[in-house]
Amino acid sequence: MLLIHCPYCDETLPEAEFVYAGEAHIARPEDPSTYDDEAWRDFLFIRTNARGRHFERWRHTHGCGRFFNAVRDTVSDRFLLTYRAGEPRPSDAELEELAK
Amino acid sequence: MMTNAATLQDCLAATGLSGPVELRLLPEPARMALRADPAHGNALSGALRLELPTKIGDRANNDGLEVLCLGPDEWVVHTDGEGMAAVQAAFAEIYGEVPHSLVDISDRDIAIELRGAAAETLLSTGCPIDLSRIRPGHGKRTLFDSVQVVLLRDGEDLFRMEVWRSFLPHVWGLLNTANRELEVGL
Repeated sequence: MLLIHCPYCDETLPEAEFVYAGEAHIARPEDPSTYDDEAWRDFLFIRTNARGRHFERWRHTHGCGRFFNAVRDTVSDRFLLTYRAGEPRPSDAELEELAK
Repeated sequence: MMTNAATLQDCLAATGLSGPVELRLLPEPARMALRADPAHGNALSGALRLELPTKIGDRANNDGLEVLCLGPDEWVVHTDGEGMAAVQAAFAEIYGEVPHSLVDISDRDIAIELRGAAAETLLSTGCPIDLSRIRPGHGKRTLFDSVQVVLLRDGEDLFRMEVWRSFLPHVWGLLNTANRELEVGL
């Protein structure tokens, strides 16, 4: 079982308390009516499907109930970092530092 | 349907299960869910007449009132029946300045008391977390065998577990089975 650090509870807790909630940093368009079908399809369905470092959302459903973001390696399942929703996406340099 | 506390007590008496941990259903307290912006902490503390805990898992008590912080903007308030009316009145007064939600959830949960040196071991049969990290006087929302529960640790060997009413027969059954297994040394 994965151990995930919740940035709100500030505790590392078992995966059973969390649910995965898709890719992170996908902003809903300000005005969807200006989008054509392809762009709207891309917003709804097209995801990075990264092999390696992946930015994703998780929710601490059976704990504090909050959504937060995580950087996980999809190959090794290692969590590099979790951070609160709304905080900026960490830069590659910061992640390289953490991955050491 | 077996959701009535009295019925469950009868069942327990009839089955005669036992074990090293003393299990019992607690009489229903008044219980409220509070959601509010923690930026209004002072006003909320004033209405509750205690220092509102802001760290998740912390608790505060005053005069029969007990508050557990479940999330950054979520608390559960325990009190007795009369205390509830006073809390509701105090919060109604500040509603204009401090938007919040205060909901009576007394009937939603049933609390189980677990008392005994093996209480932590018994809970660990269903809880995926490291229970020793919940210090006495703290609490946490977590899981017990896929059922969401609120766990409050009142002492080293004393826990309270609040379970949603409809899940109680399942949890109660599991606890008693595990308790029996502890007794016979499985």
